Amino acid sequence: MRRVVAALGVFLATFVALGFLALPIVAIFVRVPPGRLIAQLGNPVVTDALLVSLETTLVAQALILAFGTPAAYVLASRRFRGRGLLVTLVELPLVLPPAVAGIGLLAAFGRTGLLHTSIPFTQAAVVLAVAFVASPLYVRAGIAAFEGVDANVVAASRTLGAGPVRTFFRVVLPLARAGLVAGAALAFARGLGEFGATIMFAGSLRGVTQTLPLAVYSQFDVNFEVALAVSALLVLISAALLVALKWLPSASTSRFRFATSS
Amino acid sequence: MAALRLDFTLPLRDFELTLALDVVRTVALVGPSGAGKTSVLRAIAGLARPSAGRIELGDETWLDVERGIDLRPEERRVGLVFQEYALFPHLSVRGNVAYGGRGRVDELLERFHIAHLAEVKPGTLSGGERQRVALARALAREPAVLLLDEPLSALDAHTKSQVRGELSELLHGLDLPTVLVTHDYEDAAALADEVGVIVDGKLRQLAAPAELVARPKDAFVASFTGANLLHGIARRAGDDLTEVRLPGGEQLFSSDHGEGEVGVVVYPWEISVARSHTVDSALNVVRGEIGSVVEVGNRVRVRIGPVTAEITASSSERLELARGGVAYATFKATGTRIVSL
Repeated sequence: MRRVVAALGVFLATFVALGFLALPIVAIFVRVPPGRLIAQLGNPVVTDALLVSLETTLVAQALILAFGTPAAYVLASRRFRGRGLLVTLVELPLVLPPAVAGIGLLAAFGRTGLLHTSIPFTQAAVVLAVAFVASPLYVRAGIAAFEGVDANVVAASRTLGAGPVRTFFRVVLPLARAGLVAGAALAFARGLGEFGATIMFAGSLRGVTQTLPLAVYSQFDVNFEVALAVSALLVLISAALLVALKWLPSASTSRFRFATSS
Repeated sequence: MAALRLDFTLPLRDFELTLALDVVRTVALVGPSGAGKTSVLRAIAGLARPSAGRIELGDETWLDVERGIDLRPEERRVGLVFQEYALFPHLSVRGNVAYGGRGRVDELLERFHIAHLAEVKPGTLSGGERQRVALARALAREPAVLLLDEPLSALDAHTKSQVRGELSELLHGLDLPTVLVTHDYEDAAALADEVGVIVDGKLRQLAAPAELVARPKDAFVASFTGANLLHGIARRAGDDLTEVRLPGGEQLFSSDHGEGEVGVVVYPWEISVARSHTVDSALNVVRGEIGSVVEVGNRVRVRIGPVTAEITASSSERLELARGGVAYATFKATGTRIVSL
């Protein structure tokens, strides 16, 4: 009897936990009939936001790959004093409150900030905000992926006549690829959902800096159905990325942990 | 053919490795693990940087710390075969071999009997096949020096003896300055013209295998090249007798006591050799193929199955051991030591 009660208790707790996580997601889709949701995607506010989101996320992603890959490789392959400190610094934006990230970006790039730029409240500001919060996910995954490459295989390439550059492109990069792709996908998903730092550093100007998450926020007391439609779109994109990640071979071999994403 | 001249000091974690050595043919460096053997190969290949000294191939200088010369690994013409082979897992066998050089890929695939595996990825290969791929890849580079790191240690006992024979033939045919490192004296003696014993980063003795056994410079070298050490499972077999079963199925007896996994130590000079099995007071008889016959001064060391016996040269001649075939090694239980592993 006691075993039955215990089993029932465990079952109930699991049911509540999963139900709690699933309910808001389900609610987005069932509150309004799907046909009307899809119709709302044609709203100019939505199409503007979609365009802004796509442009800024893709540019930010390109920057993250271009600068993050060499950074991750150096941090993974070199042992030097202060390396641990640098790695921690790279990871810091992951646990930073987004509002703090926004203030930090303003303090650095604002008109009266350290660098005195006119970036704030432009589309470039969105790109910077996205890159700031999303790149640590990629760099972290990149460090793990590069560290996973057998040092002897790299050495073998050198003794076989390949210089450091050729070795990197023909051996290191292909062997680290799966981990890098997983990190890039996570960074992309994080960047697409970026809200707090963007609204502080770039504002929410429709057609310029208003991304999909900002559109949700701006529409939820104007036209709740538009907010729902954009939310549904973001859920689908996130879900698709997550499923794609699980299909990648390296994601299942624990190269990457999800726990620290903010 | 250019000789490889080594004279360098390489700081390691616990000690300094110092080595002065001319390599013309095949030199094997043997010693306990952690003696710095692999570091020698890494220094020659340019993967580790000595703090002082020179590495030269003929009139090419690869390293001269005083003159500030230190060629990068890709600029030294070495073929390094790593202990675990370090094949490129994302490339096919053909891709691995072609990475070293495209000129002779098909020829090398044929020569190492891996042509039928050309499109296979290394992950599915056996140990012996991986080694052949690693050798083919190293030779595709057209190296002037061949470096082999524990070439036989990743192989199981059965594959090992066969590969050892193939490797020995290959090294003789190649005629390149070759440095191989191993912790197994038998492998070193079988493959190399000269064997150097390295302990704690110092070269204790460098000599031909037979010379090393006949005239060891110190006790360590003597013990390193001396006794047979066999592994087996021991159990009590009577009042004052322990039975040890070897992996090959042979049973040995010892008057020592032991239980479970043990090592069996027999000195080669305690073993007598016969062509046919005769019953006498010695309890231990090992029947086996004659593996190698090495002259040690006026004596001969002959390998029979898993044991090496040392007999006089005249006995060896009388028994015609050099022609190979089957022989019997006989030794007494009282001369068979059991040691814990």
